[in-house]
Amino acid sequence: MGMLDAACAGEVFTSPVPDQMMAATVAVNGGAGVLHIVKNYTGDVMNFEMAAEMAAADSGVRVEAVVTDDDVAVKDSLWTAGRRGVGVTVLLEKIVGAAAEEGRDLDAIVALAKKINGQGRSMGMALTSCTVPAAGKPTFDIGDNEMEVGVGIHGEPGRTRMPIAPAKDIAEMLLEPILSDIDYTGSPVIAFMNGLGGTPLIELYLMYNEVAKILGKAGIPIARCLVGNYMTSLDMAGCSVTLLKADDDLVKLWDAPVNTPGLRWGC
Amino acid sequence: MGADKAGAWMADFAAQIHDNADMLTDLDRQIGDADHGSNMDRGMKAVAALAAADFPDSGAFLKKAGMTLVSTVGGASGPLYGTFLMRVGGAWPVEDSAEGIGVALRAGLEGIIQRGKAEVGDKTMVDALTPALVAYDAAAGEGTQAALDAAAKACAEGRDGTTPLVARKGRASYLGERSAGTQDPGATSVTMLIEAAARTLA
Repeated sequence: MGMLDAACAGEVFTSPVPDQMMAATVAVNGGAGVLHIVKNYTGDVMNFEMAAEMAAADSGVRVEAVVTDDDVAVKDSLWTAGRRGVGVTVLLEKIVGAAAEEGRDLDAIVALAKKINGQGRSMGMALTSCTVPAAGKPTFDIGDNEMEVGVGIHGEPGRTRMPIAPAKDIAEMLLEPILSDIDYTGSPVIAFMNGLGGTPLIELYLMYNEVAKILGKAGIPIARCLVGNYMTSLDMAGCSVTLLKADDDLVKLWDAPVNTPGLRWGC
Repeated sequence: MGADKAGAWMADFAAQIHDNADMLTDLDRQIGDADHGSNMDRGMKAVAALAAADFPDSGAFLKKAGMTLVSTVGGASGPLYGTFLMRVGGAWPVEDSAEGIGVALRAGLEGIIQRGKAEVGDKTMVDALTPALVAYDAAAGEGTQAALDAAAKACAEGRDGTTPLVARKGRASYLGERSAGTQDPGATSVTMLIEAAARTLA
């Protein structure tokens, strides 16, 4: 309740296939149409495009798609596949889900989803690689005293490799490209400290505390926060930070009851 | 007629993918997300399980093979290889001829470009397939076997040429300059596809 109605799981780190998306789309359509929330990866975008073409041809269900691309580690240019969809996706799914639960129509939901994607940014780092079960060995090699800054959520290596640093310095490294991409000054935010799967909660809270201190100094009020492992990369140790500008409407939708395997409050 | 030749092509490609799955995944581990070999192997096993004898002709069989890949592979490879085979099947000649097979393969490449929006030089399968089809057309006057042999040779050269390139499409593009120095996994697997064609289609 109050979030996604369906999720399509692909093979590990692989986009699901159009058949799954079609089946899910038809299953959850209540008559008002269906919103596909797609993270910006080449495979996901292509498979969802094929699913939307099939939906239009076969089922008559109205499908709209919103692509999330909030990862400032990737330059958004003609020369790359564009920024990746990461942490903002979790916040978007919750908020847009609450709006749908309220009965807002599909056009309003699409506009809300685009607004959220446009005013949220993320950045991640890793202390270890992850191991895809079918591959059986770590995706990239990294030393015990090294960290990778700007990692993706499928074991993609990041922008830079450097020696490990104190939490305070890591928080600055993650926030700097976010704060230089969007001006958050004076805007309340939902601050999301996300674990990549192999980092204990206590360390995520420690990182969150460093982020909160920096935001306090920068004059950016934290309206709400979320700390935990939500947008993970198997057994990777590391974290990502997401900041989403949140006006009163977004905060109200964030606070609305939600009951899913991942998030549960107010019910 | 029947679909025997297309069936042999897909069976040969499936075997190549299976035997080289670890190598393909390892290339992808270096510049992507370590799943190209296992994903293609899963899809081609499903294609190899199709009985060519159940299809009236090669075009119908290849279209079904493409749909099977779309339904089983996922990622970028599913839509790209699936679109390629569906388009090749759709344009397959009624009577096998060097020119007709060339037209069908060209339709497949155009489908890949339309779906993936890659250009030559982006470090993708397009860098191997494009010169392969130029070579095919140049040799088509000498017959199907000569054209496919020329295509396979040019495809392999295009594949080797991806190594120094900086990726501008797909997951490898996130690495920027760090993507240079590794052979593109998609260009590698598509060369196996054209080499398999040269062994089976003439």
